[in-house]
This record gives sequence, C-alpha cells and structure tokens, in this order.
Amino acid sequence: MGIELIYPDFEVIRNENRCISCRVCERQCANEVHSYDAERNRMLADESRCVDCQRCVALCPTRALKIVRSDCRLRENANWQEDTIKEVYKQADSGGVLLSSMGNPKPMPVYWDKILINASQVTNPSIDPLREPMETRTFLGKKPGQIEKDENGEILCKLEPQLELSMPVMFSAMSYGSISYNAHKSLATAAKELGIYYNTGEGGLHEDFYHYGKNTIVQVASGRFGVYKEYLEIGAAVEIKMGQGAKPGIGGHLPGAKIVGDVSRTRMIPEGSDAISPAPHHDIYSIEDLRQLVYSLKEATEYKKPIIVKVAAVHNIAAIASGIARSGADIIAIDGFRGGTGAAPTRIRDHVGIPIELALASVDKRLRDEGSRNRVSLVVGGSIRSSADVVKAIALGADACYIATAALLALGCHLCRTCQTGKCNWGIATQRPELVKRLNPEIGCERLINLMNAWRHEIKELMGGMGINSIEALRGNRLMLRGIGLTDKELEILGISHAGE
Amino acid sequence: MNRIEGQVRIPSGCAIAAVISKNGSKMTGEKIIDSMKPMHDRSNGLGGGFAAYGIYPEYRDFYALHMFFNDRASRKNCEVFLKERFEIVKSEILPTRKNPAITDEPVIWRYFVAPLRSMLVNLQLDEKEYVARSVMKINTEMPDAYVFSSGKNMGTFKAVGFPEDVGVFYRLDEYEGYSWTAHGRYPTNTPGWWGGAHPFTLLDYSIVHNGEISSYDANRRFIEMFGYKCTLQTDTEVITYIMDYLLRIQKLSLQEAASVIAAPFWSTIAAKTNEAEKEKLKYLRTVFSSLLITGPFSIVFGFNGGLMALNDRLKLRSMVVGEKNDRIFIASEEAAIRVMEPNVENMYAPAGGEAVIVKIKDGVY
Repeated sequence: MGIELIYPDFEVIRNENRCISCRVCERQCANEVHSYDAERNRMLADESRCVDCQRCVALCPTRALKIVRSDCRLRENANWQEDTIKEVYKQADSGGVLLSSMGNPKPMPVYWDKILINASQVTNPSIDPLREPMETRTFLGKKPGQIEKDENGEILCKLEPQLELSMPVMFSAMSYGSISYNAHKSLATAAKELGIYYNTGEGGLHEDFYHYGKNTIVQVASGRFGVYKEYLEIGAAVEIKMGQGAKPGIGGHLPGAKIVGDVSRTRMIPEGSDAISPAPHHDIYSIEDLRQLVYSLKEATEYKKPIIVKVAAVHNIAAIASGIARSGADIIAIDGFRGGTGAAPTRIRDHVGIPIELALASVDKRLRDEGSRNRVSLVVGGSIRSSADVVKAIALGADACYIATAALLALGCHLCRTCQTGKCNWGIATQRPELVKRLNPEIGCERLINLMNAWRHEIKELMGGMGINSIEALRGNRLMLRGIGLTDKELEILGISHAGE
Repeated sequence: MNRIEGQVRIPSGCAIAAVISKNGSKMTGEKIIDSMKPMHDRSNGLGGGFAAYGIYPEYRDFYALHMFFNDRASRKNCEVFLKERFEIVKSEILPTRKNPAITDEPVIWRYFVAPLRSMLVNLQLDEKEYVARSVMKINTEMPDAYVFSSGKNMGTFKAVGFPEDVGVFYRLDEYEGYSWTAHGRYPTNTPGWWGGAHPFTLLDYSIVHNGEISSYDANRRFIEMFGYKCTLQTDTEVITYIMDYLLRIQKLSLQEAASVIAAPFWSTIAAKTNEAEKEKLKYLRTVFSSLLITGPFSIVFGFNGGLMALNDRLKLRSMVVGEKNDRIFIASEEAAIRVMEPNVENMYAPAGGEAVIVKIKDGVY
C-alpha cells in the first residue's frame, strides 16, 4: 500500500437484504474476489481483483450483486486522464510493458456508424425476403480472367479452388490455447451446421476436430505451431497469417504455463515451453518471399485449396494488398485496428494500424484500378459488430467478413478485456479445466447458430429494402451507401457520397 | 444550372418495343413509331429513340458514326481526331424533319468510316476494339462531342421528346431495316441533353431498357476494370458494356450471357438434372458474380443479325412477345404489339430470366 496503490476500478455492490450467503459468487470467481466470513455468516469482496466480467452477477440466484464503476476518482484532467495516470503508476511500479486484450477501446472513429444504407422508393421495388428468393451464398477464391472454350464451343468449366459460404460471414482465427477446447468445439460445430468456416488460428488443430476439416481454415503463422502435412490436408483452405489488427508488426507469446496437455500436443511443442511467434515470418522478408510460401503451400496441398493471406490494416495497405494479389494468393484477409486479441501490448493495440473501413475502401479501389479485383477475394474483420456492419462492408467491396469478438460474445464473453490472465470465468479464454467446463459446447454452438441466423435474416431484410436479391449485386455497390458527418477526404477514401447528395 | 446526365444518376421508367423479320425482309420505321403511341403515358417527353438494323446496305462495310456536337467548332475539332484514326468515306448532316415537339437540337452528323490500317497494326488491336476505344475516347474526353451510334449497317436515332415525335423528326419512315427497337423514357429529372436518351449503343450492340437496376454500382465498378467508362451513369449504358464484354471479349453465347446477367437462382441450378448444364450455370454464376443484374429490367438487346429480349429474374417489369409469319414482336405492353400487327399470334410473357433470342436467316443481313 501507499505509493503503489491503485484504487480498484470497480466496486462490488452486494444487497445484504438479498444475499443468502450461498457462496455461488465465491465458487464462480476465478479472480477470487468473493470470500465467505463464516463467523459473521456473510460474504466479503476484494474488489481490487475484480475485472467486471459479470459472472457473479449473472449467477447470483437472488440478484443481490452488481458491479459498478468506482467513484473514487483522481482529480479530473482532460489531458492527464485517469487511465493514463494509472498506467504511469503501473509502469513505474513494474517496469514492464502494459498488456491488455480484446479490441481497441479508445473512442476512435467508427466509420460503420457514419455510413447509412439505401432503400428503394417508387422508381424500383423493394423485395420482401419472406416472399421472394433472397440469396446470400458467396464463393471465395480466384476467378479466371478469360473464359476458355473447347473446339465445340463449350465452356471449359475450370475453376481455381473456391470456398463456398452459405452467408458472407466466417469465424475468424482464434487459436486453441488462446481460447478453450469447448470454445473451439462450439465454433467448429456451428461452422459446419451453418455452412461457413472457422479458423484454427496459430495453435494447430486438435485431433478431435479433424472431422470438421471441410469447414476449417488452418492457419500458418510465423511460429509454424502445429503445422504438418496432415494439418494442411485436413483444412478447406490455408491461411498465412502475416499480421493481426490488434497488434500489427509484432508476434505472439503464449506463456509456458498455458502449454499443457493437449495444447502442447496440438501446438507440437514441449509442455511448459513458451510458444513465441516471431514478429515477421523469418522466411518472408519481402513480397517475393511471400509468393514462395504461397506456392509452397499450394504445392503441399496439390493446388486443391485456396490460400488466404491475412494482414493487418496499416498505412500502406492498398499497395500491400495489391502486391499480395500478385503473389498468387486466392483470398486476402484484412484485419482492422479495432480487432480483438487474447493478449497484446496495450500501446500497440491502441495506437498501431488503421480502421478497417478505410483500409477496405482503398484496397478494393486499388485492386479495381489495377484490374485485379477478380483475381482475389477480400475478407475483412476487426471489428464487425452486426449485420449492418456486414452489409456496409460488402457494399464497400468486401466479399465476406470475419467475426471473432461477436462470436465470443455469443458464447458468453462479457468483454472484460482480461483474456491475458487466463482466468476467464466464462470458460472461453482459459485452459483451466474447471473453468473450461462452464462453457457447454452444445449450447455454445446453438447460440452461434442463432446469432448467424439472426444476422442472415437482417442481411436479407436490408438487401430486400435496396431491391437487391443476391449478395453479389451488393458487393462493391457503393451507391447504396451514404456518409453522415464525414469530411470530403473521408468520403473520397470511402468512395461514397454524403447523405443528401 | 442543373447538372446534365452523366454528372448525376437519373432513374427512369420506360416503354420499349421491337420488331424483327426472321427472313431479313425490310420494314420502314413507321410501324415501330406507331407502336409507341399507345404507350405514350409510359414516357414523359424527356427521351425517345430507335435503333434500326440493315439500314445502310450501300455502306455495310463501314462503321456508321452518328454524332451530336454542341456547335460547329466542336465538330471541326472532332473531325481532326477522326481523320487521324479513320478513313472517312462519307460525312453528312443526319437528315431531320423540323417538328415543333422537338427543340434544342444539337448539331447532328453522320460519318461512314473505316479504321486506318496503319493505326490498327501500330496499336495491335482488332478493328472492333479499335473503334470501341475511339468512341470511348471521344465520349469521355471531348465534352462537346458525343458518338451515339457506331455499328456497321445499323443506326441509332434519339432525342429529348416523346418517341413518336422523335421518329418523325429523324424521318424514320424513309429508312428500311430488318430489325427495329424503340424506347420511350420517363426520367425522374431532366437529362439536360440528348445523349441521355436511349437506345444506348456500342459498335452494333444496342440496348433499350425499362427498369432501374439495384446492382448498378456493383456492375459499373466491375466493368470499368476492363477499360469501359460509364459516363452517363445509366443502366442502359452499363448493360451495353456488360453485353459487349461477355459477347465480344469473353466470347460467350447469347444464352450464356443471359445466364450471367439474369442468373438462375441457386435453388434452380441445384434442381437441374442435366449435370453439364448445372456445372456450366454454377461456373458462370461464380465467375461473373459481379455482372449479375438485380432489380427490375426488361431489355431488348439488338445486334447485327438478331436481337435478344430478357427480363430480370423476378420479372419485375412487364414484357410480352408475339409473332406473325416471319416477324417477332416484343413490347412492354400487348397494345403496342397489336398496333404493329392486329392479328398477332402466340402472344406470351416470357418468364423472369428467360432469354428470347431471335436470329435472322444466315446470309440475309
């Protein structure tokens, strides 16, 4: 105590009239906030450990608990805000790099919220998706530049490998290790049921999930963890992870403490050893090296699977994406700076990279200017929060969206942003068996399916309103969008007009 | 000042009609003009036009350029450009008949031209690509000149006005063609100039269209990757370029092109029993997904030797087809067909996405 004390961010408010000292909160809290005072038969709380994950609130049978933001404040200062000051205290105390998780929480512009969608009135009809067919099927992959015909004039239906999606949304990369077995199982089963894909992240693929291979994108990242022949063969597509929106330019670090049992086996590294993914791929220092890895993976998979290259949205993203399109990749995935993570240095998460909306708009435009938009598909993530974001992303030019945070929310995540501690009370970002089992993968799967079905309905309603009955007619259809409260420069980059124009 | 068409996107409702003789026998423009009269209320006097095929047999080997100029100076200026690229075998004022219903006419001129061989060799282009690029260049780079027809042995005639008046203005009763298409326009605001009227053409391809497509910008941004410039911001323009790209560049058949722009639903494709057909439809839909056109449209696509009529796949616009002897009639309304041929037979409304393809006998045109 004293100089190093940072007053807790949250207060645990317990309504003593309601509390029956059943000790559920105590058992549920892996952070050990709650304890029981047997002498006085009452519950106590150490709010300094609380992360506001709402687990105790959700499970308290008498609704006796709530977590509120502490009103013990430092003196207000617009320049030196409380979080900033506390971070200085923490670093002065520890000498360390600040860590945090999930997406950038700073009040940066969310362009999705400054874009409005069109609807038909009078000159053409809106379409009722309950009465007319409304198609959301999407194919990702390279399309040929020139049709070939045989001597009889029949088209040769030769196509590079494609991913077929029932709707333009996929579950983004989250490794086994960063999230739990049950979380992975929920994602895998839901992806299969929905006719979409989930992504292994850089943690390898647990043997139990091999039979979901047709709905699995397997990732090859800079640490190459869990990558071997069968892994590549099992997946429907292979994703080379060059970067991640939450932490562009740096690698990853899963502490040895988490490399236990199955996680160690799946990652193919010894138990207890740190899993360190280097910042770059050490065989890719330039674009021509990427081409070699793309074609190495194509050779390894006999040209039967599309190769995805995932990059973080950074300043020069249009040129980078254009280079990737020339490197033989079938699909480019771009991850915006609000994308989530299981752990990232706070400064990187909050200050590096650019918004996905601007990155997407400029990449789509650049690829069209280069005449190569049809040569690759574009997938965007970080962060897509709703069906409206999906519709806006498609209209800006994306083929499909990656979602991860929204999927975790469906599984019970309450966005407390402390995944890096490994003590996720919702059984998602943890490897502790007693916590993992709190997430029932069948219920998790059902909730993911519900979420996607709800979004699909909403996407169809929005499309029908625009008089569009197939998702491909929405792709890149920027006339369907208008900006609100945006500058000329922002509108120019987004390639849309202002509302009222 | 109001912005003219091209600077602003103008949705339109419309009337369309067409007649073609499968034997290639010639008809004057009178019947097709008459067909537009019962559909008067489908237009609002802000655009009408016609395309006629087989009208220039004596110049059949030359590209017929119909052009609008703002004034004499712009014509002189443009002719310098034409002479650098083409041999001009004939250059004349396009004959018109003064008509109180048609006013504010630009300078309207007609040229019969052949590309200069030396230029073709230099640029390593085939003749059609060369002509198409030249037309595109004039239309995008010369603000006071506009090519509105550029095919061989065919011509487009269009103006701001009701179509029946436009037909009289251009003296279409004096032309004889084996195929005619017509368009009456109901734009929501003033196009500002004649270039915005329909048909829209490129080389011998012409489109008359009734509808407002909801896929416009998806289609436009895709097709512009291949050198096309959509200067008018109209559906008709983008559909013409799509057809040119699919037929001339990708060498698809008409039926194949129709299955791209009015692609069958996935459920329809899945229900096909012919595996080869199923594979082809899936292939076309996957490869050309950005050329699917959604929203209402009924189009008549004209070309040397035939035409194709097509509705959007939900059939959100009316279009009927009838026949009599060697003639096929197509129109937004049955009344228009009955004016052309009171004893028309086999009248029917093609289903959404069902292409009606009519080709005249080989060697006739």
